[in-house]
Order: sequence, then C-alpha cells, then structure tokens
Amino acid sequence: MPQLVHTPITARAPGQVSAAFGGITSEPATPPPAPGEPDFDAIHDSPEFAALRRRFRLFVFPMAALFFLWYLTYVLLAAYARGFMSHRLVGLVTVGLVLGLLQFVSTAAITFGYVRYARRHLDPRVEAIRVAAGVDKK
Amino acid sequence: MNVNNATTISAESAGRVGSPLLNLAVFGGFVAITLYLVYRVSGRNTSTADYYAAGSSFTGRKNGVAITGDYLSAASFLGIAGAIAVHGYDGFLYSIGFLVAWLVALLLIAEGVRNTGRFTMGDVLAYRMRQRPVRAAAATSTLVISFFYMVAQMAGAGGLVALLLNVHGTGGQALVICVVGLVMIFYVLVGGMKGTTWVQIIKAALLVMTVGLMTVFLLGKFGFSVSSLLDEAAAHNANGQKVLEPGAQYGRNPLDFISLSLALVFGAAGLPHVLMRFYTVPNARQARRSVVWAIGCMGAFYLATLVLGYGASALVGSDRILASTGKENSAAPLLAFEIGGTLLLGIVAAVAFATILAVVAGLTLTASASFAHDVYANIFRGGKAEPAAEVRVARLTAVVVGVLAMIGGILMIGQNVAFLVALAFAFAASANLSTLLYSLFWKRFNTRGTLWGMYGGLGSCMLLVFFSPVVSGAPTSIFPGIDFHLYPLTNPGIVSIPVSFLAAFLGTVFSKEKADEAKQKEMAVRALTGIGA
Repeated sequence: MPQLVHTPITARAPGQVSAAFGGITSEPATPPPAPGEPDFDAIHDSPEFAALRRRFRLFVFPMAALFFLWYLTYVLLAAYARGFMSHRLVGLVTVGLVLGLLQFVSTAAITFGYVRYARRHLDPRVEAIRVAAGVDKK
Repeated sequence: MNVNNATTISAESAGRVGSPLLNLAVFGGFVAITLYLVYRVSGRNTSTADYYAAGSSFTGRKNGVAITGDYLSAASFLGIAGAIAVHGYDGFLYSIGFLVAWLVALLLIAEGVRNTGRFTMGDVLAYRMRQRPVRAAAATSTLVISFFYMVAQMAGAGGLVALLLNVHGTGGQALVICVVGLVMIFYVLVGGMKGTTWVQIIKAALLVMTVGLMTVFLLGKFGFSVSSLLDEAAAHNANGQKVLEPGAQYGRNPLDFISLSLALVFGAAGLPHVLMRFYTVPNARQARRSVVWAIGCMGAFYLATLVLGYGASALVGSDRILASTGKENSAAPLLAFEIGGTLLLGIVAAVAFATILAVVAGLTLTASASFAHDVYANIFRGGKAEPAAEVRVARLTAVVVGVLAMIGGILMIGQNVAFLVALAFAFAASANLSTLLYSLFWKRFNTRGTLWGMYGGLGSCMLLVFFSPVVSGAPTSIFPGIDFHLYPLTNPGIVSIPVSFLAAFLGTVFSKEKADEAKQKEMAVRALTGIGA
C-alpha cells in the first residue's frame, strides 16, 4: 500500500496544516477516491509542484500563442494579401504554397519540441512528485 | 466556370464510371471483416470502463491512429481533395486549419483532460463545479455537436452512394443511409469503445495507405516534379493559374474564411468525440503520444490530399469533376478511376464508406456515453447508478441516437450539408474549448462561469446561424425564398468564440459563489501529475 503523504513534499511545505487529513473526501458524483487518497492540498502548495507548473506553463502558453499568431498571420495573408501570396518563387510554386507547407513544418517542429521538452523537464518532475506522494514506487 | 460544355460528355461517362457491383463488394468486404473483428475483440462490455473507454488499455500509438480515423471524416477526404481539385489553393488553406488545430489539443487539452476525467467531457467540466447544472450543460453541448456532425455524415453517405453505386432515387439513398446506420449501431452496441476503436484504426490505416499510394503514383507520373504537376493542374482547370493562388473559393468573403479558420483551430480540441478518445489510454503520457501520432498521420494525409487534389485537376479536369453526379466530392473517386481503373475506384469508394462508418460510430458512442454517464448516472441517479444499468442506458441511447441520425440524414438528402461540419466545429470552439481551458487553467472559474460560457457559446452560435445566409437570403440557403438574414457570414465562429470566452469570464466575476478551493487544488494537481487519475 502507498505510504500516503508522510513524505518530503508535505514535510517541506511550510505552514501546512498537518498531513493528517490525507483524503479530502470526494463530493458526490466525482470519480470515487482511490484507497489512501493523496493529500492534494499539500502537494499543490509544495515547491516541487509550483516548479512543475511553472515549467509547464513556461513552454505551453508562449508556444500556443506563437503557433496561433503564425497561423492567423498566414490566414490573414491569404485573405487580404493575395498579390503577395500569388508571387511565383520557383516555376509555378507560389509564396502561398511555401507558407502553407511551412505550417506543416512548424506544426511538426512544435510537436517534437514539446515532446522533447516534456521528456526532459516535465516527466521527471511529475515522476518525483508521484513517488513522493506515494502513488508510484521508486 | 465552364460547366455547360462538359455536361454532355460526362453525363454519359459519369454513369459508367466504375462498376457499382464491385464497389459494393469491396465495401461489403470491409463491413464483414470489421463486424467479425468487432465481435471478436469485444468482451462482454458490462463495466462502464470497458464500454466507454475500452478499459483505458490502448497504447498511445493505436489511439493516435484511431483519433485519425475518428477525425478524418468523408468531408475531409472527399471534400478537401475536391475543393483543391476545383478551387485549388483555397482547398489547401482549408485543410491546414484542420491540422494545426491539433496543437491546441497537444499543448493545452489532451493531458489535462486525460488526467481529470474518466469517460466524458462532463467529467472534466464538472470536476470542481456543482455537478448537476454543469453536467446538464456538458451533455447538451455534446449531444448537439454530435447530432449536427452525424447528420452531416449520414447525408454525406446518401450523396456518396449516388456517386459510387449509381443510386439516384431518394428511396435508394435512404435505404443506404439505413444500412450505414444499422451497421454503426451494431459496432457500438456489440463493440463498445474497444470495437469502435478498432474500426477506426482499420479505417485510418486503409485511408492513409490508399491516399499515400495514390500520391506516390501521381508524383511518379509527373516525374516527381511539383512544378509540372501544378502546371498540368492549372492547364486543365477552369480557373487556370488562379488555382495556385488564394481567393478562388473564399475570395468573395475573406472575413467568412477567417471565421471558419478560427472555428477549425479552436474547435478540433473541443469536439466531444475527440476528447473521449483520450480516455482509452492509461495515462497522460500515452495521451500525449496519441496526439503526436495523430498529428503525424494527419499531416501525411493532408499533404497527400494536396497532391491528389491537384492531380485530379490535372488528370480529370475541373469541368468533368463539376459535371459529375457528386460535383466536388467526386474528384478523388474520378481520379482513382483515371489512374487505377475500376478496382482502385472500388477501393476508394469502400474507404470513403468506411470513413463515414467509423466517424458515425465514434459519434454515436460519444453521444450515448454523455447521456448515460452525465445525464442518467450523475443527474438522475446522483452518481450512484449501477454500472450495468448505466451501460444498458448507454446502449439504449446509442440505438435512439443512431435512429435519429438516420432520420436526420434522410431528411437532409440533397441539402447542402457541408456547413454542418463547420458548424459543429464552431459549436465545439464556442461552448467547449473556452470552458475546458478556463477549468484547467483559471483558479477562480466557477459554476456560473461554466454555464454562461457553454450556453452563451451555444446560444450565440445558434442565433447567428439562424440569421445567417445559411438559413435565408441566398440562393444556397435552406429557405432561398425568404430573406431575414442579419449576420453576413456563414460561419459564426468569429463572434461566438469571443462571446463564449467573455460570457464565461463575466459569469465567473459576477457570481457571488467562490470557486471550491480544495477541489480546485485537487484538480490542478491531478491535471498535471495524474495523481488520483
């Protein structure tokens, strides 16, 4: 059985109401609590979790904004700058076609970028928090 | 466009393209194999986890392929290839929205949804809110979106038979829609999520392989020179070199296209049948892998569609495509006939049917899960429903939803249904994505915010569509005779998406109710770490 929450996480969280209330009981109709419910409050306020969340948002928010702006730029160009998009680059290949294909490239790049980032910076932190909370074995 | 000249030539040739019997045989083969497989893989499906989520036992890779199968509807396969063949660049522009939208799912939605829900979108949205009203809203949105999407697919099936099996009467098309509906209901009833997933995997593999092989063949035919492919495409298109430039299709109303693009990019990650697929994998890491595989498969697919579209323009010509029974939608089948004869046409036809089947099965399952899990188990039974009873309700709902979709599809025969898919995306973007994002990322978000966001988004979408040229005031409207249109665009996204985000924000701010802090912390931890999931 998991050793519950008497772990570095709760120990390090300053000013915590003790870990004794492990098991914020679930309100009706939420998924049933696992036996030996982890102390979400303590985990949430731990520096490890704060670091994980910061790392996650640091990548995800700017990247989402970036790809959206890039896509919006592309759409706006196609809608209002048709002359520019119709400019021939090589043979019949137009600027529009190249920019469209670049959308594929950027999608692939962001996907791989995120997978790499998550593997390096997110997954190990998640794993550490899970182990500390007693859900995963070391 | 120079349609009149070509009508005489192709009216006779269109009738003889391919052999309906062979098409039917290949499709029958697909149905027989998948039915057998569904029967074999499905256990007894008595637990809710088995029926709704296949016991969360699929790997990310398989689920990614299944997502591809769930997402690529006949509208993407036949519709986009046709749009590129006829209008050129604008079809390509359209397809890109479907692909980049997956970055929203990858970065913001997939892992959090996997970690905080069990079976439905309602699980995530109601996690830290008052259960009943939020689940009712989530179920409403899920049912509305699934129904619109499904009617579009069903009516598309009617159009497809007209094209491929040479069945032109309404009676014959209605019969085919009924067959599609019954097969789909069988998949869902017997197979549950596991069977449905396998149908989607097989379909996605067939689809991507078929378009992949056709693409390689086409590129080979043009000596792997993109320029000569484009040259030929322009030469045989009524639009001439304009097919290489934006504007042929959306040029008259660029704002409408922007609205459509927004709906696509924000809508994909809010489609309930897509969200539900994330529960078929064991954890967030596999959910991430699912999206990566889905993006890979779909990227390849849309690139191939670009080549197929221009290839169809080059080899078949836009006049012949527009003069045939299915208009734009017949571009890919006609191209298949041109390069591979009757057999390849039969395969493409079967793949198109398989596409419709797999998509509607996924939608039926989602709609039935939402009704049984959100409405029956959590609203009526306060979360204390017997699993066996819940599954029974889900199966019953699947039958009802399937029958309703058949009726809707039959009623919509011959109507312009392309807007329905775009509309489903607009609904998903306006009602679901805003509330999902706030739930996952905004601490203060509360019940009233959720309700305002969902109903505000859904309601503004409905209103705008009702007062748009889709319904009245244009030759292509549902009621072309009368004109009460007030909103100039066919897609509501550009207004309804901001309305939904704003309504959700205002609802939260104006509510005296404070967010449940303990639940909020629990959800935040769960979303990121999967603890408790």
